Amino acid sequence: MIEAGNVSKSFGDHLVLDGISVKFETGKCNLIIGQSGSGKTVLMKCMVGLYEIDSGKVMYDDRVFSRMSFDEMKVIRQELGMLFQGGALFDSMTVEENIIFPLSMFTDQSPEQKRDRANFCLSRVKLENVNKLYPSELSGGMKKRVAIARAIGMNPKYLFCDEPNSGLDPHTANVIDNLISELTQEYNMTTVINTHDMNSVIEIGDKIAFIHKGKLWWEGDKDTILKSDNEVLNEFVFATELTRKLKQK
Amino acid sequence: MIRGFLFQLGRYILLIRQVFKRPEKQSIYIRQIIIEMENLGLDSLGIVAFISVFMGAVLCIQMAFNVDTPLIPLYTIGFATRQSVVLEFSPTIISLILAGKVGSRISSEIGTMRVTEQIDALEIIGINPATYLIFPKIVASMFINPILIMMSMILAVFGGWLAGSLTGLVPSSEYIYGIKAFFEVYDIYYALIKAVVFAFLIVSISGYHGFYTKGGALEVGAASTKGVVHSSMAIIVFNLILTKILLA
Repeated sequence: MIEAGNVSKSFGDHLVLDGISVKFETGKCNLIIGQSGSGKTVLMKCMVGLYEIDSGKVMYDDRVFSRMSFDEMKVIRQELGMLFQGGALFDSMTVEENIIFPLSMFTDQSPEQKRDRANFCLSRVKLENVNKLYPSELSGGMKKRVAIARAIGMNPKYLFCDEPNSGLDPHTANVIDNLISELTQEYNMTTVINTHDMNSVIEIGDKIAFIHKGKLWWEGDKDTILKSDNEVLNEFVFATELTRKLKQK
Repeated sequence: MIRGFLFQLGRYILLIRQVFKRPEKQSIYIRQIIIEMENLGLDSLGIVAFISVFMGAVLCIQMAFNVDTPLIPLYTIGFATRQSVVLEFSPTIISLILAGKVGSRISSEIGTMRVTEQIDALEIIGINPATYLIFPKIVASMFINPILIMMSMILAVFGGWLAGSLTGLVPSSEYIYGIKAFFEVYDIYYALIKAVVFAFLIVSISGYHGFYTKGGALEVGAASTKGVVHSSMAIIVFNLILTKILLA
């Protein structure tokens, strides 16, 4: 379980996160939703330690992550995988090298073992014969899948995904969503996903936290979100014709 | 302006402290250093050779035109060319050229990694990105740049001989006598010390600008320009400081 306790973060005079407290459960796809600029990405970056929080705490299964030194954080980071919005694959490395890289840094596995692990991870994300390709030779959807393969390479306990299906067509977005959901259950990970895609919310939202203007505005799941009477949430959820029709049904 | 400079200087010093933290896995860093030697050193061989030969040739011709009195022996042309090349032209001018070529490459490479979240990805994996990205480049440059500078000295002196011989301004025997006359090994040490210091400045300053890039493609370009300008300025300032310390 990952817990953010009363987390606040400002950039200069601009308060981006205002005392957010939320728990993300193990074995579930925990979604953080909200409009662009609501603070979702900042919250995620605070939780993984890319931003230092001003106040509050971030906990990973009773370990207070936010008060750890860089070296102490390293231990938790080896239990953590992250899928960035643009994939963030290393340009100078092939697909296989991208997946092997964390293993080379932190394990003493033989080259064969690492190659086998890379092939296994690639097969889990349904990619074949791409080992020797560079990120620039991949499509957007393939990049995301390779990024997922890299994220699961170290058998993480926690998986963070920042807008995993942004810039993808609906079919590929759905494939990515389902893949993340399958992997979450298979490895019993605590998965946290930032999204503003309502298809993802309805497909895989085991737990949903709605952030608005830096505050936690609503919490629930995919079954309760369409029935909520929270006005701000409804404005966000039913912003499209498709979701409005869904509600009428 | 002073506050801004102090802020940048403080942040630069903190980054350098991060860069020299203990690497996660030494074997990977050794491999990275070898890769960087190729990227930063071997790839610059052509431009360094080209500039050095022409620089030496121009120096020799200029010396010959300024030494057109029978009171000064002709071998002075070879001597003056060698001294100019060893003391100033090869270590400083070639380092300035490398600041442009290597510095812009480093700033834009690291800057692009920053804006595409690759540096964040390194941090998430548990790797110290400052050490991983900048340390191998610093070590590689501090090793390879003195070699480039040595090569530049030899080629520039050769360029001078070629120009002097082909134009008939200096007889070959006089030029060769001149380049051997009053030779001090310390001059070579002086040039190599400058080369090592300049290599550190080029990589660390360019790396700093790349590392703290914010925004997108436009900012990567700006970081690259800043990297080149600031490392060139630092070379000029440290050239004066080192000359005062080492030759005074």
